[in-house]
Amino acid sequence: MLSDIFQWIQGSILSPLVNLVVPELFQDEALLLLGILVKIVAILIPLLLSVAYITYAERKIIGYMQCRIGPNRVGFFGYKLLGLGQPIADAFKLIFKEIIIPSGANKTLFIIAPVLSFAPSIAAWAVIPFDDVSVLADINAGLLYILALTSLAVYGVIIAGWASNSKYAFLGAIRSAAQIISYEIAMGFALVCVLIAAGSLNLGEIIEAQSGSFLHWFWIPLFPVFLVYFISGVAETNRAPFDVAEGESEIVAGFHVEYGGMAFSIFFMAEYANMIMISVLTSIFFLGGWLSPLQGVPLLGSIPFLSDHGLIWLLMKTSLFLFCFLWFRATFPRYRYDQIMRLGWKVFLPITIVWIVIISIMVVAEIPPWFN
Amino acid sequence: MQKIQQYFQSLLLWELVKGLQLTGKYLFKRKITIQYPEEKTPMSPRFRGLHALRRYPNGEERCIACKLCEAVCPAVAITIDSEQREDGTRRTTRYDIDLTKCIFCGFCEESCPVDSIVETHVFEYHGEQRGDLLMNKQKLLANGDKYEKQIAEAREKDSLYR
Amino acid sequence: MITQYIFYFFAALLIIAAGMVVTVRNPVHAALFLVLAFFSTSAVWLMLEAEFLAIVLILVYVGAVMVLFLFVVMMLDINLVPMREGFARFLPVGIIIALLMAIAMGSVFTAIYFNGAHLDVVTPTATDVNNSRELGKLLFTEYLYPFEIAGAILLVAIVAAISLTLRTGRSKKTQDPSAQVSVKRADRVRMVKMKSEKKSG
Repeated sequence: MLSDIFQWIQGSILSPLVNLVVPELFQDEALLLLGILVKIVAILIPLLLSVAYITYAERKIIGYMQCRIGPNRVGFFGYKLLGLGQPIADAFKLIFKEIIIPSGANKTLFIIAPVLSFAPSIAAWAVIPFDDVSVLADINAGLLYILALTSLAVYGVIIAGWASNSKYAFLGAIRSAAQIISYEIAMGFALVCVLIAAGSLNLGEIIEAQSGSFLHWFWIPLFPVFLVYFISGVAETNRAPFDVAEGESEIVAGFHVEYGGMAFSIFFMAEYANMIMISVLTSIFFLGGWLSPLQGVPLLGSIPFLSDHGLIWLLMKTSLFLFCFLWFRATFPRYRYDQIMRLGWKVFLPITIVWIVIISIMVVAEIPPWFN
Repeated sequence: MQKIQQYFQSLLLWELVKGLQLTGKYLFKRKITIQYPEEKTPMSPRFRGLHALRRYPNGEERCIACKLCEAVCPAVAITIDSEQREDGTRRTTRYDIDLTKCIFCGFCEESCPVDSIVETHVFEYHGEQRGDLLMNKQKLLANGDKYEKQIAEAREKDSLYR
Repeated sequence: MITQYIFYFFAALLIIAAGMVVTVRNPVHAALFLVLAFFSTSAVWLMLEAEFLAIVLILVYVGAVMVLFLFVVMMLDINLVPMREGFARFLPVGIIIALLMAIAMGSVFTAIYFNGAHLDVVTPTATDVNNSRELGKLLFTEYLYPFEIAGAILLVAIVAAISLTLRTGRSKKTQDPSAQVSVKRADRVRMVKMKSEKKSG
């Protein structure tokens, strides 16, 4: 369905436009580039909108869990609409605020840092399959690409902390760097389990390998790894209860103390974009991405619309994990730093390594229903 | 045996799940937020808000410039000057309360022998320019005149317990 | 055609970045330029359709090694003036070493194995070859021993590093988080039920 829409856009808008404007020599290249551009925009705009509205969801859900009602005043055109206008109002406020550059700061790096933290979290979307044909870049090493890009997110944090020339920022940056590197290892090993189980690095093929029914999804054979991956994802995005990098009670706001206005909000958006990313990835690796959970179920599986695979299922699974992110934040107190390190190195790493062995045995033994 | 049970409980995140259950339950509890300008919480007759100077029913100001309030004020927010009037009574010429210093402890009200300085139920006041929150005698007396009914009512209700 | 321009762009970027690594004064900037150099290298490799190597270069070197590097470099408070003091004194030695290296690098191209006759022109293979799969097959069949030996050497290095820095015994004043985490409520608190006492008199 998504690809049909894209075909239509390319056929009836882009190619006449290119024919009209671009000289004949470059027409093919221009069409290709424009097509990619349209796809990028089609991914980015919903992404940014959902980033905005996750902040709203976060405030609402955490408010509800604390017996409050959260934002409910700002609406559109005089209607309150449960406060749905709040993220837009916040965005406007942040855009119009001044960006203050501290006098001792390294100016270029100070400005580049937010960009560096936001760029990888957007770029990772290139390999995400939205349904069986819609993916921006269907590359063989998709899983590795994701790992590489999530490992880059730490640069924004480190550079921000160093360039701010402030001790709190630096402490936050160091904590965050150590934490991200530690959890990346557990995360990498968890993904090794996934790729052993799926036999491919391509995200689309990983999803295909899980087709059958919801019992064929990898969350059952890889259950401990599933938990490890998601919790490492929470740690990797510096979210509660792993938000020592921000630690507002002891280091004020961590790496972004010195940032204000739009520069701060870029960090903020990067964090939320990473949350969405981790949720999407978890649902792709362990819950079968765009596969319908009703597929293969005796009676319900025959209902035509519900049993169709598609984007809607990916979105629903993603929302489930996003809700968990917010739920965790409302529930758990912050981990102490040495406890975080213990969890990463002494608990998660051994679990994943043991499970690599177990999953390899399962794959070799061709244990049904997953690996036959 | 217990060790093993504990081990599996921690692996299955048992305690974390219990915590999540609790917050999950609260997600559906009744919300207790008061929608402030439209809804307000009930107020005790002893509520301590904006200050006022009261008058006797015949229009004579109550304050006799004993300066007890000035002495008791822990934030040193009250300044009083006094003078003898033609009829031989002592009255204030100046009665200033710096509301930016005031901590609304209510000691002035308690110390007043003639029930002159009181705190009203008004808490939604504001100042629009510098000095608007520095109250002087005129402003305080005007407050007293304006809210006299409410002040008397609150004192009436609370009189049983004083 | 576009790919050629992209290649030249990244090649130029690589050379500039590599040059900056050695010329820039601030060590943090140097480390960041090294990151940029890795990036452009991996872009060039991507154009050779060696996507596995390209991504692993970013994953390992940029994502992990350089982060630790930056970590250390940022903590150092390097004063540049005393560092530059011996510049003139060491210049002759430096020049000699640079010359030697240049000769060594130049001689590589005149050596038998590299003189062009033995050199194959790199041709991109068919696009349907999954080069992570191919590399994996090679690593675990033909190059299994070197691969395992490299792994063992790295393990030895890790063990050595840890045993050099690990401090145990009486001087160790640390908390044991695993013991702390495994504490239950029952270990610390005892709930006692008591009857309320009657008021006497």
